[in-house]
Amino acid sequence: MASLIHCPHCGSRPKEEFSIRGDASLVRPSPSASDEEWHRYVHIRDNPKGRYKEHWHHAFGCRRWLVVERDNFTHEVFSVTDAAEAAKAVQA
Amino acid sequence: MRYSALSILKQAFAGNLGWKPAWREPQPKPHYDVIIVGGGGHGLATAYYLAKEFGVRNVAVLEKGYLGSGNVGRNTTIVRSNYMLPGNEPFYEFSLKLWEGLERELNYNVMFSQRGIINLYHNDGQRDQYIRRGNAMMMEGVAAELLDRETLRKMMPFLNFDHARFPIMGGLLQRRAGTARHDAVAWGFARGADRLGVDLIQNCEVTGIRRENGAVTGVETTKGFIGCNKLALAAAGNTTTVGRMADLELPIETHVLQAFVSEGLKPMIDNVITYGAGHFYISQSDKGGLVFGADIDYYSSYAQRGNLATVEHTIEEGVSLIPGLSRTRVLRSWGGVMDMSMDGSPIIDRTPIDNLYLNCGWCYGGFKATPASGFCFAHLIARNESHQVARFLRLDRFERGFPIDEGGKGPQPNLH
Repeated sequence: MASLIHCPHCGSRPKEEFSIRGDASLVRPSPSASDEEWHRYVHIRDNPKGRYKEHWHHAFGCRRWLVVERDNFTHEVFSVTDAAEAAKAVQA
Repeated sequence: MRYSALSILKQAFAGNLGWKPAWREPQPKPHYDVIIVGGGGHGLATAYYLAKEFGVRNVAVLEKGYLGSGNVGRNTTIVRSNYMLPGNEPFYEFSLKLWEGLERELNYNVMFSQRGIINLYHNDGQRDQYIRRGNAMMMEGVAAELLDRETLRKMMPFLNFDHARFPIMGGLLQRRAGTARHDAVAWGFARGADRLGVDLIQNCEVTGIRRENGAVTGVETTKGFIGCNKLALAAAGNTTTVGRMADLELPIETHVLQAFVSEGLKPMIDNVITYGAGHFYISQSDKGGLVFGADIDYYSSYAQRGNLATVEHTIEEGVSLIPGLSRTRVLRSWGGVMDMSMDGSPIIDRTPIDNLYLNCGWCYGGFKATPASGFCFAHLIARNESHQVARFLRLDRFERGFPIDEGGKGPQPNLH
């Protein structure tokens, strides 16, 4: 994994400043969604080998949630976006 | 060839020229009763017990690299059964009992050493938590002892007892826990399975799972199509990749865990010690190297290599617990890809496909489970029903609301 992550707000920062939540491709179902849908959201993971989007929190920096798109085998980082921007892109 | 003191003596006089390879290198047959995907500890143990205990001998183990090239050769070799929850403890105790007879069973020296494990506690809450865990163990008939600070001081004076933030107050001891030589466990099961007629096929990667009318008929591999009546997956960190070939949707995320070994030192650490203020565990191998590890790297990874930040974090924890480590040189570190489950506990179960069986979700606790995992998985494959001690390790426990979450961390795989 890269030792430096390019935060859109703070610039290049050491990886240790971030905490990692997990898969960013999941979309939270509506509160009235079925148990099956909620189960899939909470428990089931695509877990792909290769290109992957992950939620990272810049805990020791701007404290913004970010979406880091990277390759989980070669560890190449493709992009880092603010999670709010990423959500707008999904909704659009 | 059976190993014995006599065979060593005979070979010594014969110039050691008569030793035979420990297993054959067969070409795959067109069809097997059972194919096991994954030639690691669990896959090899499953093949061994299928042949030994359940009489299923027309079995192949397919391994994409060489036998034991994955996590069974990449761990910190700790064997213990000090779990708390009723879904876990009988399973791991069954495993420990198998470990206690394993060398005789396999006619192979796995260097199993019951040196005891001590989980240190550093505050009142943690002490209460360990008392609870010890009591839970005793309710399952497993001995546990709570040690106070003075006893510990005599046992291991090198610990940092008076750390300003995390003073050591005591520890929970399981005397029957210990370590084993990890590679030897893979080799012992491989040799045992081979002697019972199991075909161990190396450098044979599964590339597809062929199905007809909703049942598996065989696997596409880099050595061609191989047919089977039953297919069993024991692919650890690559479980999702293999499972996807049969459209399985799994509660698994793949993460990398690192382990470390220091230069060889004189005998220093007699037991296995875990640090309660962080997540750090250490023991000393028979060769003298300190074997230790800590948390996973937290990000999803299929690469068998880790990040320097985690190396630094691990060493900091070690030095915080044992200040004397600061002048020890690390010889080597390595990474393995872990099948992290949603509750930190494993899955040994059937799947929605009738003749496809699943063994995964070992997070980073799979080594100690190797014999029981193999035994219970073989039981499931041969009889199509769960073994008594593995009956809670179900695939559907998440959606049914029965997770087995030892750490109480919720469905967050990188925290388990």
